[in-house]
Amino acid sequence: MTHALLGLELAYWQQTIIRVLAGVTAILLLTGGVVYLYLFKFVSFMQSRLGPMEAGPYGSLQLLAEVGKWLQKEDVFTENSDRFIFGLAPAIVLASTFLMFVVIPAGPNAVIADLGTGIYYVLAMSSLSVLGILIAGWASANKYALMGALRAGGQLIAYELPLVLAVIGVVIAAGSLNLQDIVAAQSEGEIFGWGGIGNPYVLTQFVAFGIFMIAVQAELAQTPFDMPVAESELVAGYMVEYTGIRFLVYFISEFATAVGFAAVASTLFLGGWALPASWGISDGAMHVIGPIVIATKAVLLVGVVFWTRFSFPRFREDQLQRLAWKFLIPIALANILVTAVLKVAF
Amino acid sequence: MTAVTDRQKLQYIAARAADARVNVELETEGMTLNIGPQHPATHGTLRIVAQLDGEQVIAAEPVAGYMHRGYEKLTEVRTYAQVTTLVNRIDWLGSFANEVPFILAAEQLMGIEAPPRATWIRTIFFEMSRIANLILFLGDMGVQLGAITPVFFAFRDREFVLNQIERVTGGRFHPNFDRIGGLKDDLPKGWIEDNKRTMEKVRSFCDEIEDLLMGSEIFQERTRGIGVIPPDVALQYGLSGANARSSGIDWDLRRDNCIGLAYPELDWKVWTHPDGDSFARFWVRLQEVREATRIIDQLCDGIPSGPIMAKVPRIIKVPAGEAWISTENPLGEMGYYVVSQGDLTPFRVKIRSASFNNVSITPWILRGVYVPDIITILASLYFILGDIDR
Repeated sequence: MTHALLGLELAYWQQTIIRVLAGVTAILLLTGGVVYLYLFKFVSFMQSRLGPMEAGPYGSLQLLAEVGKWLQKEDVFTENSDRFIFGLAPAIVLASTFLMFVVIPAGPNAVIADLGTGIYYVLAMSSLSVLGILIAGWASANKYALMGALRAGGQLIAYELPLVLAVIGVVIAAGSLNLQDIVAAQSEGEIFGWGGIGNPYVLTQFVAFGIFMIAVQAELAQTPFDMPVAESELVAGYMVEYTGIRFLVYFISEFATAVGFAAVASTLFLGGWALPASWGISDGAMHVIGPIVIATKAVLLVGVVFWTRFSFPRFREDQLQRLAWKFLIPIALANILVTAVLKVAF
Repeated sequence: MTAVTDRQKLQYIAARAADARVNVELETEGMTLNIGPQHPATHGTLRIVAQLDGEQVIAAEPVAGYMHRGYEKLTEVRTYAQVTTLVNRIDWLGSFANEVPFILAAEQLMGIEAPPRATWIRTIFFEMSRIANLILFLGDMGVQLGAITPVFFAFRDREFVLNQIERVTGGRFHPNFDRIGGLKDDLPKGWIEDNKRTMEKVRSFCDEIEDLLMGSEIFQERTRGIGVIPPDVALQYGLSGANARSSGIDWDLRRDNCIGLAYPELDWKVWTHPDGDSFARFWVRLQEVREATRIIDQLCDGIPSGPIMAKVPRIIKVPAGEAWISTENPLGEMGYYVVSQGDLTPFRVKIRSASFNNVSITPWILRGVYVPDIITILASLYFILGDIDR
């Protein structure tokens, strides 16, 4: 199977290597950019302080300094920890994060694997991280870590449901599970016969979009849903015993997952990498513009996540579960029903 | 009082037995969780030993003493003038307020009365330290509930108050400014005008906190009905200050037993709240900060002229006798029982600090709550470790 990639005839394995390397580079760059932009600077300005200013111009190299610091730190195992599982847990979490990106398209051809059941695969991979978190809490042999892990387990599983149910509305509207098809449906869609901006599903599926973003906030364990790591209660939750490179892995995966979910949300609701088909931009140009478009949308959505994170106090677990089961899931189900009825009616 | 305690003991034992039966039936095992002494929620080194069943607290006990510095004993080898340096460090967020009751007790023993101007300036700084202390509570409550932004606003605006204190006393945290018979210095030129602007900033901070934190639905969900202290229980455990007032007890030493400070001449209000929950404690303290800015504005407007120091002998020897003075400090009632035998140093000083009594209610109030609520309740009871351990 050969495809033309940027006009070159390459074997499948060559293409795959190029795609994976480009994907990993893009993920790490975006993650680093998001950490600098939001965690270092945006939040500093929210809190009337400057944030890092010394490393590089406006502290832009602070992240490298932080990574360097973590790499130098001692690799600590607690005495009673299960060493193998303790070391395995961050790898599972990181793998879950990176596997999510496999099917997210960033251009007409810029996708590692164009699966027919793309969105299903994304949601399945993203929920793998629960496993890593649970075994991390257990293997740490620490009460705070155990409580954090159990909270994370309950929370992530509870919020998988609204996440999936919100996506179903989009899937019904687009008529496909494939992310490229969903992007195309939005790009070529029309609003009452007018195709000027296509039909991004945020306009029709705004309920699903709201539920999706709330559920993403919970899946990422960001405030107001950050009980698994609640620093004032559980110190750092399931991460409490992790230092050095293992903590770094958790850190990267936390923010890479944020980017991943934001990319999924922009693909599902904001039109993904595509510009409206009526603008008549050629596929060749979209090879270059597409990644920029989706990166911009994803970074903006991550901004929403962090804005929320630094504005609100956190829920208690029972309140969080109540929000998921009593409000989000019924609303998501109603949304599916209404979408299905309207889909048949029009 | 004993009868009630016994009844509570019996209830407690019965409840423990019931829990034990449930545990045997379900074959669950309790877990002992040490919250502290090193924990981000304990403002220092308070340790709470909590017996948990899942995330529910079966029994909790505070263990104090990790930061005991022996101030009561140290005062016996310090002269009266040196004691203020020590007691500054008890409640380190509102330092000046710690000096006042001790100095008032010493003045009472010596039969000296500070001139009116000194009294008014003392009252200004007494209230300034209340603001410096409670502003931090308002921000810190957010941090304990997971909202990290308010605490940065709190530190930002507290800085203005500390700058004002520093301009007069030279010390931001530990002014050591009160003297037997008056004050060390008078106010510098232009200070009063600047202070008006500072109070304006503090009031806008209060509005900001009300919008950002207190108005948040999540904050209200987390605090309303959590850690309810009925008035009778509050009195039995000796709660004082805002903790008592938020249980509906209309009791404030500034109004009810004001010695040596200028409060009776001012127009102000004691805020109470009937609910007694964590939200009420937050609300009362927020109103108290606002009230303090009003008090300071009035003090700055009406400050009398005159000397700031009464006639005091060069070597301070306090005549033999005993004196008890307590004042309404930022954290609650703080008092000094000073026993003098006519020496240069006090013979014995007993310090009654508010936080020690305020945290003594934790075994009662933490029973049956969930782990996140432990943090809410501890944060809303608002203790300073230096004030517990001394």
